[in-house]
Amino acid sequence: MSKREGNGCARKRKTESAQKTEECVNRSSPVIEAFKMFQQELDTKHDKYERLVKLSRDITIESKRTIFLLHRVTSVPNVEEVLNEADARLGAVRQKIGHISEELGEEDLYQFHKAFMSVIRFSVISMIFRLHHVGPSSASACDFQLMRTPTRNCLEVVHQDRSGIQEYVEAVSFHHFIRHRTLISLEEINACLVFMRDEKMETKVCSRGMWPGACVLTFQVTPTDYLLGVADLTGELMRMCISSVGNGDVDTPFELSNFLRQIHDGFSYIGNVGPYEVSKKLHTLRQSLSKVEDACYTLRVRGSEIPKHMLADVFSNRAAVLEEDD
Amino acid sequence: MSVTEMFSYIQGFLTADQDIREDIRKVVQTLEQTAREILTILQSVHQPSGFKDIPSKCLKARELFCTVQTQIGELKTKFPVEQYYRFHEHWRFVLQRLTFLAAFVVYLESESLVTREEVAKILGIEVDREKGFHLDLEDYLAGILIMASELSRLAVNSVTAGDYGRPLRISDFINKLDSGFRLLNLKNDPLRKRYDGLKYDVKKIEEVVYDLSIRGLAKEQEAGGDK
Repeated sequence: MSKREGNGCARKRKTESAQKTEECVNRSSPVIEAFKMFQQELDTKHDKYERLVKLSRDITIESKRTIFLLHRVTSVPNVEEVLNEADARLGAVRQKIGHISEELGEEDLYQFHKAFMSVIRFSVISMIFRLHHVGPSSASACDFQLMRTPTRNCLEVVHQDRSGIQEYVEAVSFHHFIRHRTLISLEEINACLVFMRDEKMETKVCSRGMWPGACVLTFQVTPTDYLLGVADLTGELMRMCISSVGNGDVDTPFELSNFLRQIHDGFSYIGNVGPYEVSKKLHTLRQSLSKVEDACYTLRVRGSEIPKHMLADVFSNRAAVLEEDD
Repeated sequence: MSVTEMFSYIQGFLTADQDIREDIRKVVQTLEQTAREILTILQSVHQPSGFKDIPSKCLKARELFCTVQTQIGELKTKFPVEQYYRFHEHWRFVLQRLTFLAAFVVYLESESLVTREEVAKILGIEVDREKGFHLDLEDYLAGILIMASELSRLAVNSVTAGDYGRPLRISDFINKLDSGFRLLNLKNDPLRKRYDGLKYDVKKIEEVVYDLSIRGLAKEQEAGGDK
């Protein structure tokens, strides 16, 4: 320690690293001042990001539970009761989304969209980092090019980490389908995501007087999130179809296969115009569809032969087989 | 709204999105080209002959930054300004490069760390998000880190070229930078990874300074009163 103090300025030859520098460099130098500002800015951003990730997880969990709840409609006599309970749960989820939009405030949604999609960015930048280590001088043309390619490879990882918003879309559209037998539109989803700002926040903003209409907050589900949510919905519909057959309901499967076919056609229409994740989901969607179509087929063929009360057994076996090759 | 209508609406959205991305990509390509040209000019400072006319190299680079400004101006017109982060990935990389180049020019001219405001001014963009196309803090920091490794290379080459004073000044500068970065709480993200490389640059320069010192070359230069 004492030796270090005697040494004075960092201009001198340096033998140790870490703490010494900190001691030596004049604390009030412009560089340090600037970095103190950066520290604050980054910390604020990271905190916000973490809060958003947490909210997103909560939304995912709650939406998943709602979906499980909704699956009970096939076996419960009082459908309306289940739907109302699901409504209440979705209301709670909406509140959480309200917190998100409060958190975002005037920020750019897409800046924090990564809170749900962080993995992509990470891989791309780590790629740059690797190139950078080769040496910035030698990295010129080739790394500009390479920079673009890795995004695709890392999307598989993202798949598991999908956003709470997508999960919400899945739950809400499932709910909507059970009640109305139609596909909920993006506008309808977004129309539900309008929130009143908290009292405290409200007065703060109004007193600042910069944004008179700011007491109403909206959250916009992006078309891509909507699309991915709907793609997940098809998996739920498939399950619902199989389980309703298991319960001896012979109309729902046909209705479902019609609906699924429409969605499938829609996705084929979009094809590979959409983001990469969408085309990946298309494969799963096709599997779900063929399961449902198979079920309908069996229902038609065997339905005329087997007495109604035995159908249930045939299909509960079949459903088990289908689940296995999932 | 029927399922078909819904999907054709979304398809329209996706096509529009793709068109925007295509436009952005084209402009970014020209930006990358200019960035490479600037890099080529600045690379020549590593040659022995280059040490003599650093100011003229910097002037040339500054001229090219005018081209960068118009190109970024063009980029700004390609997408709605409030959707900066939606398309950020497209120009993040080139913006980091340009920050590095701007920082390098400023260092060569005045041997000081370029501020974020200065970079923004050189590139003809803003610092605050609210005001339009801006320089993200993390991109700025990443650019600075690229410069650090370029400087460690410069230190080596300046010794070869017989300029023994420069490594000492670079060492001083990098140490300041290093302690600055140590103030940041980086999480496990790309910036952090890149920052982890800084210590090797610091080490490299320390070695150069050490070599000069034990041979008394650094002192000699100072006594001679460089500059």
